[in-house]
Amino acid sequence: MKNPTTVERTSDRELTVTRTFNGPPHIVFEAWTRPELFQRWWVPASIGISLVSCELDARTGGTYRLVFSHPASEEPVAFFGRYLEVTPPSRIVWTNEEGADGPVTTVTLEENEGRTLLVLREVYPSKAALDDAIATGSTGTSAASEQFEQLDELLATLVKS
Amino acid sequence: MVQLQRSPLDASFAALADPTRRGVLERLGRADASITELADQFRMTLTGMKKHVGVLEQAGLVTTEKVGRVRTCRLGERRLEEEAAWIRRYHQLWESRFDELDRIVEELKREQRVHRKRNGK
Repeated sequence: MKNPTTVERTSDRELTVTRTFNGPPHIVFEAWTRPELFQRWWVPASIGISLVSCELDARTGGTYRLVFSHPASEEPVAFFGRYLEVTPPSRIVWTNEEGADGPVTTVTLEENEGRTLLVLREVYPSKAALDDAIATGSTGTSAASEQFEQLDELLATLVKS
Repeated sequence: MVQLQRSPLDASFAALADPTRRGVLERLGRADASITELADQFRMTLTGMKKHVGVLEQAGLVTTEKVGRVRTCRLGERRLEEEAAWIRRYHQLWESRFDELDRIVEELKREQRVHRKRNGK
């Protein structure tokens, strides 16, 4: 049976996502830091976008760059930033620098009897920054899918009218 | 924020692209206000503020109602429902990501068991 995912706006400028995985933290950590594994789950097929390239230098001070494409967009969209902290197998912190007010994302992996409790927190610089992200349907880590979803909805509306 | 340039849909996002209009939304998030009050607060002519409110109204972000000589602005339903809808989509995204990640965790666990057996541990 699959474990539940929870999402909550935990403060004016913060979102928190949690999930338990049926394996130890070092395995979950590998899936977040090895590009060949990361790209297999970060962009689920159901979203309708594809990952054109995925470069992760997952160590403290390293950088990452993800490029996505979508049929509704002429040009690919890049997401990039820096790893502020990478501590195997328990903590990964990175910036989202494609926009001025991107969040800092922190993932912690905590062992509990052979399983892993994952907590992901996205902290925006201000309430206005998170409100804006919600208003435009974008967030640092999910902007591509969310914004494209919105574009799809808008396209559908325009076609109808 | 991602800019999808030359998209014909940019017009729809244009309502939010202007700092005054974002300010107006934030202001209306605290309390309803008349156009006159908004114009005063944002140091703008009545005509200028009417234009901004018109753009927001067209985007469904604000509704207005005229009672007597006063036009009162409040947040549109879309704005109020937006956050809940957005959180649902955000949840869906993470859930589908994590379902895939589950599969990879299972795969790595199997690999490591095989590896340990080979090494006779």
